[in-house]
Amino acid sequence: MSARPSISRREFLGLSGLIVSFAALPLPLASAESSQQTQLPTAHKPVASDEVDGFLAIDRHGNISVFSGKVDLGTGVRTAITQIVAEELDVPIARVSVIEGDTLLTPDQGPTYGSLSIQNGGTQIRQAAATARRALIRQAAKQLHLEESELTVERGVIKAAHGTRSVSYGDLIGGRTFALSIDKDAPLKDPATYTVVGRSQPRLDIPDKVTGRFTYMHDFRVTGMVHGRVVRPPAIGATLLAVNEDSVKHLPGFIKVVQQRNFLAVVAETEWGAITAAQQLEAKWSDWQGLPDENKLWDYVRSTRITKEDVTSDRGDVEAALAKSAQRLSATYDFAIHTHGSIGPSCAVASFEGGRLTCWSASQATHNLRQQLALMLGIPDADVRVIYIAGSGCYGRNGHEDAAADASLLAHAVGRPVRVQWMRADEHGWDPKGPPTLIDMQAGVDAGGNVTGWYSQFYGPEGVAGRVKLVAADLADLPHEMEMSPGGIINGTAIPYMFPNVKTVAHRLATTPFRPSWIRAPGRMQSAFANEAFLDEIAVATRTDPFELRQRSLANDHRAIEVLERLARLSNWQKRTFNGHAAGGTVTGRGMAFVKYEVYRTYVGMVTTVEIVRATGVIKAKHFAVVQDCGQVINPDGVRNQIEGNVVQTVSRTLLERVRYDRSHVTSIDWLTYPILTFPDVPDIDIELIDRPQEKPWGVGEPSSAIVSAAICNAVFDAIGVRLRSVPFLPEKTLAAINGRRS
Amino acid sequence: MEQHISLNVNGRKVDLKVADPAMPLLYALRNDLGLRGPRFGCGLSQCGACTVHLDGNAVRSCVLPIVSVAGRSIVTLEGLGTPDKPHPLQQAFIDEQAVQCGYCINGMIMQSAALMAANKHPTDEQIKQALANNLCRCGTHLRIVRAVKRATSQI
Ligand code: FES
Ligand code: FES
Repeated sequence: MSARPSISRREFLGLSGLIVSFAALPLPLASAESSQQTQLPTAHKPVASDEVDGFLAIDRHGNISVFSGKVDLGTGVRTAITQIVAEELDVPIARVSVIEGDTLLTPDQGPTYGSLSIQNGGTQIRQAAATARRALIRQAAKQLHLEESELTVERGVIKAAHGTRSVSYGDLIGGRTFALSIDKDAPLKDPATYTVVGRSQPRLDIPDKVTGRFTYMHDFRVTGMVHGRVVRPPAIGATLLAVNEDSVKHLPGFIKVVQQRNFLAVVAETEWGAITAAQQLEAKWSDWQGLPDENKLWDYVRSTRITKEDVTSDRGDVEAALAKSAQRLSATYDFAIHTHGSIGPSCAVASFEGGRLTCWSASQATHNLRQQLALMLGIPDADVRVIYIAGSGCYGRNGHEDAAADASLLAHAVGRPVRVQWMRADEHGWDPKGPPTLIDMQAGVDAGGNVTGWYSQFYGPEGVAGRVKLVAADLADLPHEMEMSPGGIINGTAIPYMFPNVKTVAHRLATTPFRPSWIRAPGRMQSAFANEAFLDEIAVATRTDPFELRQRSLANDHRAIEVLERLARLSNWQKRTFNGHAAGGTVTGRGMAFVKYEVYRTYVGMVTTVEIVRATGVIKAKHFAVVQDCGQVINPDGVRNQIEGNVVQTVSRTLLERVRYDRSHVTSIDWLTYPILTFPDVPDIDIELIDRPQEKPWGVGEPSSAIVSAAICNAVFDAIGVRLRSVPFLPEKTLAAINGRRS
Repeated sequence: MEQHISLNVNGRKVDLKVADPAMPLLYALRNDLGLRGPRFGCGLSQCGACTVHLDGNAVRSCVLPIVSVAGRSIVTLEGLGTPDKPHPLQQAFIDEQAVQCGYCINGMIMQSAALMAANKHPTDEQIKQALANNLCRCGTHLRIVRAVKRATSQI
């Protein structure tokens, strides 16, 4: 443990040299900085992810700063990480504060995606805390002349189990570093003794959020800051031919039109000035019509060149099994292009001074973004600092990073800190999209009704969860990534069911209509839709109860079986085989679906009850019963909040959502043209969590979203005997399916 | 032409110098007055994130020209209550943990506060109807309804 000087929280927000100002008038306002004036270690703080000091610092008063590379995107992760550290170190929650996603201060724990914040990020931090705890106890034992085994920790004070001798964390280490590698063998607390983890902890951010005191990215200001607005090409691939700066020069507060190739933006002293200038700027663009015909999207996907085949599972001989089967089923499922649809549009502030860039962003991947911004501006990574400030919920890689690139380019161009906030049309039109996905399913069943073969073929863009190219760098023709990054879209193609012959293949496509990225359960939601709805088709064809069909082929997985058994009880499931549809103008049906997420973690099962108006084709999801086993639960109410959000958001995606476009650009650029679910149509939800304190904590931010589409699909079939294989289940599609079945 | 406009915000008289009388109220509240309750979501009167009370009615400040509110009284989320002395709705949102990202929550609380003024004991259905034009992308709806219900059943 060695000595290092301290810096103030101001430096922690990256504010040295910049004065933050929020208030011009004596209205009830909060200050820019937290009231907590924790003394924190220096700007030369270690950020190595294998060092205790990378993640933890303890000041003289015993206050603990946690440096988390994973960030809270409105999911409650900050509170959960606080609980983990408070638990492992035996300190009150109030003593722990979390600094998130600052490239100067926090280790690179990878982007905040894939439901991995707690599963990977949290457990890494827990191990750092365990290593710290052991070191502190060893130090205390020496100082108190006691054996380690004679010591206990209470509220950050190490004391003799019997006797009065004690020493606090603050006294032992306060303001100094641990200089210790994280020891993966440092003993963790026995979960049986937990008092903080596993109990519902009110989220730390909520009081400020409901009283207007929380600092969102959109609220952040620095002195001298001006405002930028981007002017995107009217057609995605259009070339900028001419700009008439005179059209906006006269506007109050006008500063500059910034143009670089096809990147166009205005900068003004005030936000409204920038908006007005962006609206009034006269620019001439070339025509461009490179998008596919919206009405022939699936032909387009099917005819796109395949660059790679990923075989994600291969057991037995599926071709032979299908050929021999007594009954053969096949069907194609498709899933529309979706937008993230964050309620607050993307926003960032950037300051370029002395060759160095500081960028404040709501990015879920500040470390990646730092490299992307450095690449774009042609400066070393070390000269870029990206600091996370929470934005509007983003559910994946939305436009946050692109707004950061816009702001950085403008700050570079005007030499003053620039704030860029996208307008609604920028967000809907230019955030990267969840790509269109097509899945062909085949199955073979023997004379006894057993599934003998399962063959699925998934069509989605090539690429991984890498760095999504920045719009600004692309338009300005500055260095940027050339490959697509749709996310880990093939991770849900394989199935947990033990059929004797299984093959699952992903055909990776050379291109896709829009810049792709991940949106909540990317590809996995699409796979689970096809897998679980097609399994329902098999249940119908073999006159088997859908629970029974799954239970039979999951027999060796006791956690899966428990989820299904509990779900049947929670939903009061009546064993059923499909016997034709119910009569009546408004009919209800029930459907179930199950997932073992990415075939190795979080188990979720759900039953939904839907109502369909036969004459209109309108579907309403009325109720969901959900059972989830995500291993050790950190904050039960936080997990429930995530499940509710997953269900509601995915009901919206399933019933309503699709990106609209013509040959030139996105035409669904607001909430009227891209409607989402509203209060009157939100289903009720009952949730049962299976807490397994002795198991690993698994992800919760995505898994329950993955099976909502299939559950609805199966319930609709139960009600009216019509199989909807194309998300979204719009009334006109449902009507057409009803009429098609009749004829 | 710069114009002087005075209004009453959260019980205080404020004077603003305005370059463009057509500028929506939201920008004055956020940028000139430094308030953070009202938020920009769409600028199109479609989502509710920018909701404030104008003479007691819930309105969408993103489309309200500043000149049209001269001399009138505005209350924002900050004026409703504070962390130490929260409005019953704010307390209920805390009690029900009715927030995910929270970006929409200003609109949810301000719209519900207006509902409560007109209907002291709304049913779930009435709450859902009152909030039908307020969008939330995180899917926090059920908790929001519970929070409003909790606040209204305590009065
Ligand atoms: S921001 Fe005003 S209604 Fe959306
Ligand atoms: S809580 Fe995130 S938009 Fe409503």
